Amino acid sequence: MRKLLAAAIGAVSLMTASPAFSQTPPNVAVVGQIAEPKSLDPATVTAVNDFRILVNIYDGLTRYKDGTLEVEPSLAESWTISDDGTVYTFKLRSGIKFQDGTDFNADAVKFNFDRMLKDDHPFHDTGPFPLSFFFSAVKDVKAVDATTVEFTLNAPYAPFLSNLAYPTGLIVSPAAVEKSGKDFGRNPVGTGAFKFEEWEANAKVVVSRYDEYWDGAAPLEAVVYRPITDANTRIAEMLAGGLDIMVEVPPDSLQQFRDGGEFQVLEQAGPHVWFLILNAKEGPFADKLVRQAANYAIDKKALVDNVLQGTADIAAGPTPPAFAWAYDESLEPYPYDPEKAKELLKQAGYDGKELTFYVTEGGSGMLDPIAMGTAIQADLQAVGMKVKIETYEWNTFLGKVNPGLEGKADMAEMAWMTNDPDTLPYLALRSEAFPDKGGFNSGYYSNPEVDELLNKAREVTDQGERAKLYKEMQKIVQEDAPWVFVANWKQNAVTKASVENFKLQPSFFLMLQKVAKPQ
Amino acid sequence: MGLYIAKRLLAAIPVLFGLTIIVFVIMAMIPGDPATAILGSYATPENVERLNRELGLDKPMVQQYFIWLGNLFQGDLGRSFILNRPVLDEVLERFNATLILAGTALILCSVLGLLAGVISAVRQFGVADKLITFIVLIGISIPSFWLGLLLILVFSVQLKMFPVSGMYAIYGGGGPLDLLHHLFLPALTLAAVATGVIARLTRTAMLEVLRQDYIRTARAKGVPERSVIYKHAFKAALVSIIPVIGIQAGFVLGGAVYIETVFQWPGIGSMLVKAISTRDLLLVQGGVLVVAAAYVLFNLAADVVQTLVDPRLR
Repeated sequence: MRKLLAAAIGAVSLMTASPAFSQTPPNVAVVGQIAEPKSLDPATVTAVNDFRILVNIYDGLTRYKDGTLEVEPSLAESWTISDDGTVYTFKLRSGIKFQDGTDFNADAVKFNFDRMLKDDHPFHDTGPFPLSFFFSAVKDVKAVDATTVEFTLNAPYAPFLSNLAYPTGLIVSPAAVEKSGKDFGRNPVGTGAFKFEEWEANAKVVVSRYDEYWDGAAPLEAVVYRPITDANTRIAEMLAGGLDIMVEVPPDSLQQFRDGGEFQVLEQAGPHVWFLILNAKEGPFADKLVRQAANYAIDKKALVDNVLQGTADIAAGPTPPAFAWAYDESLEPYPYDPEKAKELLKQAGYDGKELTFYVTEGGSGMLDPIAMGTAIQADLQAVGMKVKIETYEWNTFLGKVNPGLEGKADMAEMAWMTNDPDTLPYLALRSEAFPDKGGFNSGYYSNPEVDELLNKAREVTDQGERAKLYKEMQKIVQEDAPWVFVANWKQNAVTKASVENFKLQPSFFLMLQKVAKPQ
Repeated sequence: MGLYIAKRLLAAIPVLFGLTIIVFVIMAMIPGDPATAILGSYATPENVERLNRELGLDKPMVQQYFIWLGNLFQGDLGRSFILNRPVLDEVLERFNATLILAGTALILCSVLGLLAGVISAVRQFGVADKLITFIVLIGISIPSFWLGLLLILVFSVQLKMFPVSGMYAIYGGGGPLDLLHHLFLPALTLAAVATGVIARLTRTAMLEVLRQDYIRTARAKGVPERSVIYKHAFKAALVSIIPVIGIQAGFVLGGAVYIETVFQWPGIGSMLVKAISTRDLLLVQGGVLVVAAAYVLFNLAADVVQTLVDPRLR
């Protein structure tokens, strides 16, 4: 027995004596992700979690300017748009090579979009491409010469440049797709600052510096992405020193990292909006006054401060402030005013009918949906609206909400994160976007004025002109209150103090091209 | 013996076959589909339909099942919708990790449980017995995911003795020593409950045997006490404990689901959780099949060992 004990102690001390395991080496950043990526083929994925890796391996024709959601040149050095807004001609940067040594040129660009959009393309079977509708306006892509590529659209579509900066538009190496076929997502090759090294299932994805990167080689030698699904484990790993950068820190733990100076905490508002869809077709919410009453009745400050513990700001309207150029600064959120709500309900003749409220257990961008749903229920009860909550798991929830609320519910939680101020209102607030027409207007809001503004904003390519139209739309929608506007999420991250030049972007992408970690 | 094993293996085939049907039916019945999971908020009916068609999910469930079965006979478990990777590759890679974790936990709980149970029985009502009974009770009562977090906080974050998570060091890792280092905490956590169960059963079984006449006879004959306990009593008690260990093997495999999540162990448990939530039918099917097969084999192994130990069963 004693011998056994001695042997056990010996073994344990031998194990703990192995090299400092929890410290990460200099010039290598270890990033704690919330899940394993689905694939590293940018055309086939939809999750921010995957985008955080992709934007460092690939480039698009355009990209978001540092700290904004405005588009700037990337692989394309310049472009011209025809007067009618349907032909985009891009001049590509020359001399760029993919990480596999093949040339980046107009043919490569054509290959990328044809692969995604043309059913008869030989490599269309490397899909499916769930977000290909981002480019559904593209009719034809033509390689004019090696460094000129021409996109013809079937109608003017102003968000096009911004969609090109979205990960769905990142450019992959055609030679690598031809070589790996369906397994390209596990053997990715792009033009980005880091090239792919290895992927160990549910353990890590490793990328290393691409020395020939056209925009200046990165200071980091390598980045290791680790999926750590459990938030508590992720925090423990950060505290133990096994991570350099951690994203999506639970609100409860932020303070812990703020104290002591060992870590830095970063926050950045993003293009996110959390709202309640109200069923404007039938039931009490068919009346605008009742919809406004709900907006007055809900204490958004309490939700943001107490439930979300300061990890979000109060939303004023349908467009998040992160779209600085298109956001109407003059818009004030509905104040918390239960008396006013009661008055409006009385005016509307609301009969106290019970409301059905769809709540989800969790889901992309949904923050803390059960706690938020319960708080909202209490606020509405306080002004005399009886609310019955029905809770569903995320996939089931989407299956119920997206086909429309008619005949099922009066209100539902929802959150969206987009890359262009066009996307959400165009897909979820127009009369043409009712669920039976393939849109996301699950509450059947309809206002011809809004329809016209949104349709027009797609057609004009001048950003100043577009901004005006969006601002006007926000005013009308806020007044009509098809949703209860609740919160705009702030993304957060924690890094070790030794991590330099790290910034969060409003796009929520994790750009590591300039980040350094000398020790 | 060989015939017996062959018979048992053959009997397992309809069980596994039935299981695949049950999994298919359940996955068909729960709402949601992979297309919705992939598209997230972009899941319009139109987009979902298009994606389902591209994934081959627009065919009737029965037809999908037979396509899957046909492929299975050719050793092809299909392709994961979500991971876009052959199911077999993913399942084997993950199962290997689970087998290491669950196997270690099983050895750990058998050794610790038997040892604790025997000491407890021999020293009935003594200090050692009371201490062991107390610890065992704690081991059985603590939710294992909580125990895991507690161990991480104490041994990894505070004392920095063991890594927080993962199977190998992220940089410059690899090798059996590194593996052992990462394995220690999760295996201990996973073994906790099973150790308790085995210890309690061993104690009871031993106490019962120790009261038997033949033990008194052995003692009266002057057989040394150590020999009485380990040769005469323990061997007899083992017969009733081995099937329990076999059943614990199943629990350990099941418990791995939580523990793998807490320790970010890249095993099949965490894979199945994710596959179910994303409705990745073929991945669920492949994963369940492998786990079930392992369960059947574990139990068979327990029965075989029991037969070897107990001559009466031969």
